[in-house]
Amino acid sequence: MADKLFKDDAVEEKGERARMASFIGALAIVDLLKTTLGPKGMDKILQSTSRGHSVSVTNDGATILKSLHIDNPAAKVLVDISKVQDDEVGDGTTSVVVLCGELLREAEKLVNLKIHPMTIIDGYRMAVECARSVLEKRTRDNRADPEKFRQDLINIAMTTLSSKILSQEKEHFANLAVNAVMRLKGSGNLEAIQIIKKAGGSLQDSFLDEGFILDKKIGVGQPKSIQNAKILVANTAMDTDKVKIYGARVRVDAMSKIAEIEAAEKDKMKQKVQKILAHGINCFVNRQLIYNFPEELFADAGIMAIEHADFEGIERLALVTGGEITSTFDNPESVKLGHCDLIEEIMIGEDRLIRFSGVEMGEACTIVLRGASTHVLDEAERSLHDALCVLCQTVQDSRVVWGGGWPELLMAKHVDELARKTPGKKSLAVESFAAALRAIPAIIADNAGLDSADLVSRLRAEHSKEDCMSGIDVLTGGVGDMEQLGIYEAFKVKQAVILSATEAAEMILRVDEIIKCAPRKREERM
Amino acid sequence: MALAFDEYGRPFIILREQEQKTRAKGLEAQKANIMAAKSVARILRTSLGPKGMDKMLQSGDGDVTISNDGATILEQMEVENQIGKLMVELSRSQDYEIGDGTTGVVVTAGALLEQAEILLERGIHPIRVAEGYEQAARIAVDHLSKISHSFEFSSTNIQPLVQTCMTTLSSKIVNRCKALLAEIAVKAVLAVADLERKDVNLDLIKVEGKVGGKLEDTELVYGIVVDKDMSHPQMPKRIEDAKIAILTCPFEPPKPKTKHKIDIDSTEKFEALREAEKKYFDEMVQKCKDVGATLVICQWGFDDEANHLLMHRGLPAVRWVGGVELELIAIATGGRIVPRFQELTPEKLGRAGIVREKSFGTTKDRMLYIEQCANSRAVTIFIRGASKMMVEETKRSIHDALCVARNLIRDNSIVYGGGSAEIACSIAVEAAADRIPGVEQYAVRAFADALDGVPMALAENSGLQPIDTLTAVKAQQIKEKNPHLGIDCNDVKTNDMKEQNVFETLIGKKQQILLATQVVKMILKIDDVITPSQYS
Repeated sequence: MADKLFKDDAVEEKGERARMASFIGALAIVDLLKTTLGPKGMDKILQSTSRGHSVSVTNDGATILKSLHIDNPAAKVLVDISKVQDDEVGDGTTSVVVLCGELLREAEKLVNLKIHPMTIIDGYRMAVECARSVLEKRTRDNRADPEKFRQDLINIAMTTLSSKILSQEKEHFANLAVNAVMRLKGSGNLEAIQIIKKAGGSLQDSFLDEGFILDKKIGVGQPKSIQNAKILVANTAMDTDKVKIYGARVRVDAMSKIAEIEAAEKDKMKQKVQKILAHGINCFVNRQLIYNFPEELFADAGIMAIEHADFEGIERLALVTGGEITSTFDNPESVKLGHCDLIEEIMIGEDRLIRFSGVEMGEACTIVLRGASTHVLDEAERSLHDALCVLCQTVQDSRVVWGGGWPELLMAKHVDELARKTPGKKSLAVESFAAALRAIPAIIADNAGLDSADLVSRLRAEHSKEDCMSGIDVLTGGVGDMEQLGIYEAFKVKQAVILSATEAAEMILRVDEIIKCAPRKREERM
Repeated sequence: MALAFDEYGRPFIILREQEQKTRAKGLEAQKANIMAAKSVARILRTSLGPKGMDKMLQSGDGDVTISNDGATILEQMEVENQIGKLMVELSRSQDYEIGDGTTGVVVTAGALLEQAEILLERGIHPIRVAEGYEQAARIAVDHLSKISHSFEFSSTNIQPLVQTCMTTLSSKIVNRCKALLAEIAVKAVLAVADLERKDVNLDLIKVEGKVGGKLEDTELVYGIVVDKDMSHPQMPKRIEDAKIAILTCPFEPPKPKTKHKIDIDSTEKFEALREAEKKYFDEMVQKCKDVGATLVICQWGFDDEANHLLMHRGLPAVRWVGGVELELIAIATGGRIVPRFQELTPEKLGRAGIVREKSFGTTKDRMLYIEQCANSRAVTIFIRGASKMMVEETKRSIHDALCVARNLIRDNSIVYGGGSAEIACSIAVEAAADRIPGVEQYAVRAFADALDGVPMALAENSGLQPIDTLTAVKAQQIKEKNPHLGIDCNDVKTNDMKEQNVFETLIGKKQQILLATQVVKMILKIDDVITPSQYS
């Protein structure tokens, strides 16, 4: 055919080829991520292409995928689900991709047996429903008993952290994270937890501080510590206050008038400071810069003035001290001021920071991370973020399941049973689903350098008994009781992993044609 | 390229830069055109029906779309070929007019062209083919009206409507929870429908999506959902019995359009200006407060000072709300959009029972729900899904379902799906063909064959033997005189679409046949294609 349907660079792939392209793309991603799974998973170094070639070392699936530049459309689907998993539950970003990849790997085999993708999808749907309900039945809820619930949380945090860089200090950090989340009292408002990174010291030196730490310095000549502080949190220009009316400009005909107007300007500033002082405060925090002149005025009045707190800092400060973010200062009596017991300057390593302790909202706290290098700190922050997210989700939905491959094998067992009961070609797909589930513990074992085939088959045998708690004990390299080992996972995370992975696999399976449009031509930049 | 020569052997230049253009003429041109159209149709063919597959499309910028919707696929494909573009147009116009059946129309057109090609090879003039198709289309549409049913529903008995929407949704990726989505779509349409005038303004239904959660979490909100949050982090997150001022003027000092300058040449003027400026903000906020508003929704931004004043006076506010959303809010709450502060009066305020902010997931995404509005005629369908592609595809599917529900309210006639209507038409057209004298008879018969294309594709996609299945159903239809027999795509062991509850709208089917015929006629009439060849 002489006429082309598409533009020159467009690529069209059909039927088998299209399916192959998506399988290969998806599996490539999975093979990349696979080695990071589990407590003995390895990290990846990512070097950015931008100037400076900054490097980050990470174990977090979502972070790795986010930094990859991928051209394969099916692989993009995987990147997308991992990102959503991160946004929605915060953890399990690697698991979701690996499970989806395993589902596709199994599906590929079935497609090669000439089973229609739609039949496979039907089977997967049945299987996922079965798996979810089984898992839901076997969850445990310890909400009623605060003592046990706390233990659950610590176990979950430890499980999450064990695959990260923090695994050496996981007990320390698990305690940190649980304490921080417990302070939230179930509100799930992660904003109240602030993480500050300071290079230096060791990870062990990281600590949780009750109260709020602002990474700023106190103005010169102002008190370094204030007890029983009344804080005004503001967002206002403290340089020369501009006249905002459009088109206004100063036009003078003599030097003396310039001086007059300058004086008026200065006076205006002074009045503003006076008004602020009228609030009866002893600490003033502004989002914008405070110029030297007003700073001096504040210093004269013996007020601590903190300038240029960033937007998030100011919002958080307002939240924790219970103050109101103000921009006008005409009626001091009705402005809500923030309170805290003590403001002081503290030293962390070489840096001076400001600590607000004894704040009104007891929920707030700050976690100060210490570590040998910025890479370690970045990764520690990501790991801690994962743990905090999971804990928050668990506080809201307190059902827990065991980890270490226990849920996968449990689900696989029941899905297998379902396959036996299902007539028709669908049963093959259901069986494949079980096989994909079993691949997860196998990967964990492989990553730990264990004999996965032996371990998984032993586990499978264990699971044929009722009420089995067995999972992989990576440390001893055998089968262990997950309850005793304290390897717990949040039900909500596991559920999200299974559902999204299946959904994504389904989406890729349904495709039988890929059309890549011609890439947009970039204009040559001079 | 053939050239004309004058008596000295010099070629006449007929077209500008003749040598650089390729030209196809006569039968060659028609065949090339048909080829192009067919290849477009072939791409879509596998998407037809409940077992149809999806297409993955990567745009020039690298974004990935996965879709089953004919119109979307064609639009994103960036077809270059002129005839291909006609097919894209065809699908688009079906989308605008009916909203559903965008794949079917292209497949029908492709089948018609395929048949036409055979006729052309026999030496039948394209115009005669076109005329024959025209006649046949008329017969088919008449027959469709004959076999259609009108079906009864009311605002309380929505089950028939839900069934029809489910047929539409069953071919999409969302078919896992088609019952839920179909119900949402029908309820949404009924909420905004004007049953007496038999009309539905789909603009009143807002479809909003947010990535995350499960498809099952998709909900129908009787009110408006806006992807915005309060302008000040400390404003209340929940307002009951809200009186809403809807403004299109910014909380900023005025900026007259005419060019002007204010000269300040003395201290007094400087002071005065400062005072004036302060008064502006104060007055603006006071005005809102005075009319009794408890929530301000503004199209523009706020100055920091205004923001604080609003906060200070206990007046929650939302800024940067888009124009369309603003209109919807105005409709829903029965308020008026106010372009100037001076025109704010208590009557112009909108009312809503509850306004609340809801946050999602671990990110700080917040959305504003405005519910229990004075006028419940505006609704929002709020879609959740595991990924961006899923949400987008769900949006498109919901749109199709909404269109179907609307069409049914406009005209409550239905035909049965599963290819049964096409088969019935094919039989009717075939029978009529024998009574038509002349060359057109061949064309009409070809039309009948082409109609079989859709059920054939359905059977093929469902993994059935296409010819076996089609002939069996056709024979059964004639024997039992039952036009409800179609292809059993879902393997439920009955061919009767009435029992399977597979419906399509009459108007949609009619439009499919008419539009496809029209485009085919147009393509057949082209006998000369001149294109500039590769430009360097």
